[in-house]
Amino acid sequence: MVMGSLREETQVVVIGSGPGGYVAALRLADLGKDVLLIEKRERPGGTCLLEGCIPSKTLIHAVEVKETTRQAEQFGLTFKGVEFDPAKLRAWTDEVVSGLSDGIKGLLKRRDVTVIHGHARFDSPTSLSIEGGEVSGIDFEQAIIATGSSLNQLPDGIIPSVWSSADALKLPRVPDSLLVVGGGYIGLEMGLVYQGLGSEVSVVEFFPRLLMGADFDLVDIMVGQVKQRLHEIMLDSKVKSIAETDGDATGGFDVDIEVGGKIVSKHYDQVLVAIGRRPNTDDIGLEKTKVAVNEQGFIVTNEECRTAESNIFAIGDAAEGPMLAHKASREGKVAAEAIHGGEVAFDNRAIPAVVFTDPEIAWTGLTEREAEEQGIEVTIGRFPLSALGRARTLGRTDGMVKILADPAGGLVLGLGIVGPMASELIAEGTLAIEMGATLEDIMVTIHPHPTLSEAILEAAEVAAGEAVHVNPPRKVR
Amino acid sequence: MFEFKLPDLGEGIAEGEILKWYVEEGGEIGEDEPLMDVETDKAAVTIPSPRGGKIAAHKGKVGDIVNVGDVVVVIDDGTGEAAAVEEAAAEKTFAAPDTPEPEAVPEAVAPAAMPGVRRPVPAAPATRRLARELKVDINLVSPSGPGGRVTPEDVHRFADHGMTVPAATPEPAEHLAAKQVSTDTAFAEFAAHASATIPFLELEPMPDFSADGPVEVEALRSIRRKVARKMVTSMSLIPHVAHMDDADVTELDKFRVREKERRAGGAGGKLTLLAFVIKAITAGLKAAPAFNASLDPFREEIIYKKYYNIGFAADTGRGLVVPVVKDTNNKSIIQIADEIFEKANLARDGKLPPEDMRGGTFTITNVGPLGGTALLPTINYPEVAILGMGKVQEKPVVRNGEIVIRKILPLTLAFDHRIADGADAARFVAELVRQLSDPNLLLLET
Repeated sequence: MVMGSLREETQVVVIGSGPGGYVAALRLADLGKDVLLIEKRERPGGTCLLEGCIPSKTLIHAVEVKETTRQAEQFGLTFKGVEFDPAKLRAWTDEVVSGLSDGIKGLLKRRDVTVIHGHARFDSPTSLSIEGGEVSGIDFEQAIIATGSSLNQLPDGIIPSVWSSADALKLPRVPDSLLVVGGGYIGLEMGLVYQGLGSEVSVVEFFPRLLMGADFDLVDIMVGQVKQRLHEIMLDSKVKSIAETDGDATGGFDVDIEVGGKIVSKHYDQVLVAIGRRPNTDDIGLEKTKVAVNEQGFIVTNEECRTAESNIFAIGDAAEGPMLAHKASREGKVAAEAIHGGEVAFDNRAIPAVVFTDPEIAWTGLTEREAEEQGIEVTIGRFPLSALGRARTLGRTDGMVKILADPAGGLVLGLGIVGPMASELIAEGTLAIEMGATLEDIMVTIHPHPTLSEAILEAAEVAAGEAVHVNPPRKVR
Repeated sequence: MFEFKLPDLGEGIAEGEILKWYVEEGGEIGEDEPLMDVETDKAAVTIPSPRGGKIAAHKGKVGDIVNVGDVVVVIDDGTGEAAAVEEAAAEKTFAAPDTPEPEAVPEAVAPAAMPGVRRPVPAAPATRRLARELKVDINLVSPSGPGGRVTPEDVHRFADHGMTVPAATPEPAEHLAAKQVSTDTAFAEFAAHASATIPFLELEPMPDFSADGPVEVEALRSIRRKVARKMVTSMSLIPHVAHMDDADVTELDKFRVREKERRAGGAGGKLTLLAFVIKAITAGLKAAPAFNASLDPFREEIIYKKYYNIGFAADTGRGLVVPVVKDTNNKSIIQIADEIFEKANLARDGKLPPEDMRGGTFTITNVGPLGGTALLPTINYPEVAILGMGKVQEKPVVRNGEIVIRKILPLTLAFDHRIADGADAARFVAELVRQLSDPNLLLLET
């Protein structure tokens, strides 16, 4: 077949096979639609699977196991000669990623969803041209844009030897010293991975705090632990310049950092830049459609994930809202069902956010800061893990559960957790918020003992003023 | 442009009649300024404007019936074009690119049901989906769950009352025709069902009265329809028995007139016979709890109420309303008299708040001032009894073997024979008659 000579016709085209796009394609196929899925990369799965959530969590778990062996010394368990084989860890990570990617391929195949490779651009609201694949163009009735996002670069231009988070996930080597530029969740997660692997890791952050999106009380507990593992945390600081030492990356990097108004020059073996992501919406031919984007380039959609061009939908990182895989998957289903004519809406009240630091941080629904900023009155119940049996047995008391509720009816509005397994525990809070549960609903639900999940029940009791496991407020007078 | 939908007025109220617009089309209105008066089958309420701006259009004129959830007014509040004038589209209207943060969308989308309620209504995802499928704006549904949670039942109830997010307006003629068909079908179904249940019952559509002479047709609505429902329910469910007696109120009336004149212009200046009767009835109810009860036929339970809230029927000019005087056992006759005066006035103006019309445990209907020697009142369901007061008249009566002229108040107690028997009623009324015969007894015994 001659490259780029074939035109296809379909009912629905989905652009991008990440956790938004492939889910939408599967759902559409189940609803009886004729679907084509376009993917730029070789494998399906998107950023999340190929260079995001999945490889990073694989590495984080490995490092956590090592960290656990260190913590185990307090209860008399000593490991000797614990060390990493980077080549084996790299292969293991690839295996995890490939296994899942093949799984998606299988799911698509069994539903007869055709995957077309190439870069898609709109020619009109009902046609696309494809670059770099066997198919040159597609005529469609409806489209779902699930093109995802790309990593932001430092403004001074790109030095190829500086790592992005995607580079770092490939585990090219374990540098002696590593500077992480960006104290957001990606920077912290990757920094801790390399610290665990043996690097001396420093973090530089432009804002006065790490993890600006999360509530400060949660972050402070995490930072208290993490700073023992990091060489240096520079806040309120800015990278002024990065240069390869003697013009050759093998000698490391000379970095000028503005800390507290003063420029300091430092040398690092490697530099990792993790300063956020931007939506992939600038090179997909949106100008040939009525699809509208906001100032940051995110596609504007309504509750059905429909854009201003009524037959075109947008989901995931390319559309407005937090850039999270689970938000993309839910939107994918909404868009698919809307195309099928269902009465459906992305009306979720809570999108959980999870940071896989050690301890983990997770939150869902309203945060305390948002409540303050928006002037929403809330009752807050906090419960420290130090008072929880299961946390003691794990030797992990570095955490807290915080619940936010409406003072009038006790409606649960938000949940924040810092501690081990926070990522798993947060689901209960999200379900509570979606269901419109009250503090009482959580309090009368039996939580298994001894588990970390009891901390949520305890926090609800604190918020309701009925806690038996905390000391009553001291009586004044 | 902001489209204001008639908010849920509570207590299952589905619709209301527009009584008044405070600002004409084209006029300016401020946020929270009075927008309109709406009369429901409970009372008239004044609805404040949720936004400030220019009234672009009234979606109904005075006298029209509007459903909860209907757009009643369009206010030009300076936010964008009137993109959403096709009602149904309101929620799904595409958000213009210059709308701010995604977080702000719920507020922009929420129709601001009741002023102050801006956060999304708590409801499970499946309930929200149900609402979408039934075309119900969930923000307009009265919640019954804890913490203000809307349940699937709430959504169904809302949908069943015909209160839906209006779809694109159909051709009026078609609409009327469709309505006519459904009315005829509804009648046929009901008649078949009722006739099968009640022997000899024969239901037929009303004859064409206009064939025999000129007629005027008025829709049965608001308070009139509510009264119709209440009376049919009461008469169908309660086996009514009436017990009658005469009270000699000669001494009481003398006392009343004297005190009223003495207190003119102050507390007790509107002292009426009704206030004394309410006080005496309260004492009677304490002694005979059966008359301050309700019967639940489905659970087979009698509920005795330990509080005394006495309703009195008021003829308001726009229909029958029953204001309730609460906790009469803890109030003096003067307090009760003042409250009767105040609540009757509010009811006449259609301004009596709904909470002052509910919670009654016993009702008194005093048609006496309009005349009548005897009456057979209908119990205010689900109460157990109602006292009817006829006209106080001077009558020749025999006292100690002599004919004397006394002021006589005819009384009828209609009661629920399921809960009380004739002897109970006789004792209850006799006690009432005894107390009304001498104001000193009221002083001593109530």
